[in-house]
Amino acid sequence: MEIKSNMKNFNYYRRKSTNYFMISISFLSALVTLIPLIFIFYYTISKGIANLNLNFFTKLPTPVGESGGGMVNAIVGTLILIGIGGGVGIPVGILSGTYLSEFGHNKFGFLVRFLTDVLSGIPSIVVGVVAYTLVVLPMKHFSALAGGIALAILMIPTITRTTEEMIKLVPQSYREAGLALGIPKWKTTISIVLKTAWKGIATGILLGLSRAAGETAPLLFTTLGNRFWSTNVFQPIASLTVYIYEYSTSPFKDWNDQAWTAALVLILLISVLSLTFRIITRSKYKS
Amino acid sequence: MFENQLNNISIGQPDKIKDEKIKISINDLSSYFGKTKVIKNISLNIPEKKVVAIIGPSGCGKSTFLRSLNRMHEVVGGTITGSIYLDGEDIMKSDPVYLRRKVGMVFQKPNPFPTMSIFNNVVAGLKLNGFHNKKILSEIVEKSLRQAALWDEVKDILHRSGAEISGGQQQRLCIARTIAINPEVILMDEPASALDPISTTKIEELIFELKKEFTIVIVTHNMQQAARVSDYTAFFYVGELVEYSDTKKMFVAPGKKQTEDYITGRFG
Repeated sequence: MEIKSNMKNFNYYRRKSTNYFMISISFLSALVTLIPLIFIFYYTISKGIANLNLNFFTKLPTPVGESGGGMVNAIVGTLILIGIGGGVGIPVGILSGTYLSEFGHNKFGFLVRFLTDVLSGIPSIVVGVVAYTLVVLPMKHFSALAGGIALAILMIPTITRTTEEMIKLVPQSYREAGLALGIPKWKTTISIVLKTAWKGIATGILLGLSRAAGETAPLLFTTLGNRFWSTNVFQPIASLTVYIYEYSTSPFKDWNDQAWTAALVLILLISVLSLTFRIITRSKYKS
Repeated sequence: MFENQLNNISIGQPDKIKDEKIKISINDLSSYFGKTKVIKNISLNIPEKKVVAIIGPSGCGKSTFLRSLNRMHEVVGGTITGSIYLDGEDIMKSDPVYLRRKVGMVFQKPNPFPTMSIFNNVVAGLKLNGFHNKKILSEIVEKSLRQAALWDEVKDILHRSGAEISGGQQQRLCIARTIAINPEVILMDEPASALDPISTTKIEELIFELKKEFTIVIVTHNMQQAARVSDYTAFFYVGELVEYSDTKKMFVAPGKKQTEDYITGRFG
C-alpha cells in the first residue's frame, strides 16, 4: 500500500514537471518565431516612417540628387500586378483545386497534384525567366502583363492546393444532401461545397496574393521597372518590390531611406488587403 | 438451405398489400460495391402513402437498399442489377436529378447546410434549382416547417444559421427541406438514431402525419420504432429479404424463426 502511494507521488511530480518543461519549451519556441517578425516591424517602421507622408502616395520619384518625391507609380503598379496575377491565378487555382478534389480521383488528377507540388517548389526567379521567354520575348518588350503572368504562375499552386484541401474538409454528407434534393452535381459543388469551404479557400487566395505582392525576382525579368507614371499593362511598370531592390542597393542615402518607406508601405498594403479580404469573406454565422 | 426457405413463401407480398396501390415495385434487385454483392435479389412492393420499415442487423444492406431507390447508391460508386419501377417507370432510365426530386431522402445524421440560414435551408432545393419568387418561397418555408413540426420553434429565428439549432431540430429541418420540394416518396435512413428520446418521439409523430401525403420508407435499428411507425416491415439479413409482412403480424406472429429470433433479441 505504502509503496503504491509512493509510486503515485513519484509519478505525479515527474508528470507535472515534464508537463511544465514541455509547455515552457513550446512557449519559448512560439516566442522565437515572433522575434524576427517583431524585428522586421520595428526596423521597417522606425526607418520608414520618416518619409511616410502624403507625398509618398501622390508624387512620382524624383531624379537623383533631388530630394522628396514619392512612389505613387510603384504603389499603383504593384496593385495592377497583383490584380493581373490574381485575375489569372485565382480562377485557375480555385477551379483546378475543385477539379482535383471533386473529380480528380484518377491518374490525371494524380499527375496534376504532383506537378502542382513541384511547381510550388520552383524558385520564383526561374518563373521570372519562364515568363520572360513566354511573354516578353514574343512581345519584344517588358510589360506589366508579363509580370502579372509570372505572379499568377507563382500563385496557382498555393491556391490550387489550399482549395483542394479545404474542399476535402467539407463533409460528404453535405454533398449527399444536395444531390438528394435533386440539385445537379455542378450546382451542389458550387453552391454548397465551395460555399462551405469558402473561408479556407479565401485564406489560400490571401497567401497567394501576399506572396505575389512581395516577389521581386520574377519582376526584374518581366516588368523591368519604370520611373514614370504608367498604367498601361503592355508597357514596363513600376512596383514597390523592384524599387525596394534598386533603392536599397543604391549609394544614395535618401534613396535608401525611401526603400525603407517603400517596404513599410508594402507591408501596410498587404495588411490592408488581408483585412479587407477577411471582412468580405466573413461568414454571416459564427461557426 | 436458406435459399429454399426463401422460395417457399410469397415474399414481397404481405397479405394486405394486395389491396394497396403500389408506388415502388422492386424486382430482383441486387446492389454491388465493386464486385461485392450487398443486396441479393430482392423483390418487394412498396405501397403508396404507407410507411414501410426496413429492419435488420448492422451490415445487412438496409441503407444500400434505401440508397438504391433514389440512385444515391451510384454516387458512391455502387452499381445495381434488376429493376426498380416508380409508378411504372424504370428509375434507371430516368435522370437521377429528376428522380431525386420525386424521391427525397433524410439521412442518419442531421446535415443542414451550415452556410445557409434556416429559411434558405428549407428552400435550398428550390432556390438552387433556379426558383426565386420570394413570396412563394416564404409560403413554402412556413408550410414545410409546419409540416415538419418545427415552425413554432424557429419562426422567429429563420435568418439564423441552420447549424445553430439543436440536433433534433436540425433533423426536423432536414425533413422540412426534403418535403419543401414536394416529393412523392421520402426515404429515411435511421432518421432518429442520432437523437435523444424526446426528439425521437417527435420524429415518429411526424412520420405518422407525413404518411397522409407521402410514401415513406424508413430504415431503422430500433425495432420498437419500426413497430410504432410502420404499416409494413421488411426484415433483411446479410443482403437478403427474409420476411416482408404487415407490421402487426411481423411483431406478433413472425412467419420465420430467424425473424422471431431477431425481434426478440436472440441475435443481431
